[in-house]
Amino acid sequence: HLATSLPLPSERDHLRPRMDLIVFMIDIKSKYSLKNVEASLAHVDASFFLGKVCFLVTGVGRVNACSIETNAVCKLGEAYCSPVLFCELELEGIRAATAQRLLRMLQICAGHIPGVSALSFVSLMRNSDDD
Amino acid sequence: MDETVAEYIRRTVLKIPRDEIKTMLQKWGFLSEAQLRTLNFHQIKDNISQQVVQLCEENSADLKQAAVLDIIYNHNYQNKRMWSVYQMKKSGEESDYFDITEFKKKVKGRLRSALKNVTITFKEYEDNAIWIRVAWGTPYKKPNQYKPSYVVYHSQTPYVFISSSALRSNLPLLCQALIVATNYHDIREMELRSHCLNSLKDIVFKRYSQNFQTYCPQPLQEENVEPESADVRIVQENRSEKERIHRLNLEAFGSGPQPKLEFAQYKLETMFKSDPKMGVLDKREPFRCLVKFSSPHLLESLKSLAPAGMADVPLSPLLTCIPHKARNYFKIREKKCLFPEGFVSP
Repeated sequence: HLATSLPLPSERDHLRPRMDLIVFMIDIKSKYSLKNVEASLAHVDASFFLGKVCFLVTGVGRVNACSIETNAVCKLGEAYCSPVLFCELELEGIRAATAQRLLRMLQICAGHIPGVSALSFVSLMRNSDDD
Repeated sequence: MDETVAEYIRRTVLKIPRDEIKTMLQKWGFLSEAQLRTLNFHQIKDNISQQVVQLCEENSADLKQAAVLDIIYNHNYQNKRMWSVYQMKKSGEESDYFDITEFKKKVKGRLRSALKNVTITFKEYEDNAIWIRVAWGTPYKKPNQYKPSYVVYHSQTPYVFISSSALRSNLPLLCQALIVATNYHDIREMELRSHCLNSLKDIVFKRYSQNFQTYCPQPLQEENVEPESADVRIVQENRSEKERIHRLNLEAFGSGPQPKLEFAQYKLETMFKSDPKMGVLDKREPFRCLVKFSSPHLLESLKSLAPAGMADVPLSPLLTCIPHKARNYFKIREKKCLFPEGFVSP
């Protein structure tokens, strides 16, 4: 399900399945994109932040066009206890690799991987970040 | 052949990209096919141009032919120049039969009677466009062939497109010559400028697709149609919002390609509105400010703002009115005084 912001339009509530993972996409070239994500976060139920939220920063390949500091995004990730991924969608290889990472995370969040829960996975990722 | 003419032809040929030289010389038609065949287009341009000059020497080229070659070059690369649009007004209703010979005679006559040293050249094209090239001199100096003015006139219209590399001091004379020759009684410069001559023509001749207020059942149809994305597993949550944006944007811009403009300029002479306690400006004077939007293709980029999520619909009428009002220079003044050329800022 693709949406431009949260909350989701209520008229489709009855058509929506269970949400296992929310990926917030932030375009590093657009300050508005970060503001939009920050505003949308307020509409997310607290239970999602136990490993079912992820921030995806796109456009990092174009260093000259950055409008947002990576520091700011990392702080956002820390504040909401959720991992931050960086990628460049214009490069096919990175795009495919990022999609595979997200898919893996989704499998865990949906409970398809026995023995690994969303919460345990996200705490694993946090520990590696702190190194 | 005059040395200055030879030099002028040499420099004109040098401007042409190597692959285009042959075509352009053929369009010119001054050198025969046999002569063109003797030219070696694989050598460096310097040598090509020297060879062309030698051939022109054989044919005794004069200034008139050199000027025609220059018109052909500028007609081909018309988008390198900046064009302004002028509108002429008729006093009476009768539309005189347009005689091209009379027109040329009157233009030449008027210009020459005011200024002895001018070079005037005409070339007609199939789309009814008459190109006029004027090189300006002074009573004591011969015309400067390297800074001419170009005029494009379509005989059945009241519009003239002018591009000038010379000082603007010659423009009033040029304008006068044009209204005398065309039997109009007034001419004024429009607030419309661009590099793309065809787009300027599209705007004033209303050749672009304009938006019409149609109440067609498009929105209803789209609700029944599956999402356009290739994969049906992707659900667009904000589809109705996207459709609304698309519809409003289409109403504002129409569905066809937009005329090509490179900028829009807004001169603001409005009062600065701030918290009175801040006391930013003690004097109650208009805050003078210039806002300029530039883009390789301004109208298309404005049209794509809302679908890209970078602006809300509907866009400000100050932006969407550009082709309808045929202007890209605006003056915005305060609400109290409504001037004909400016209008109120929203």
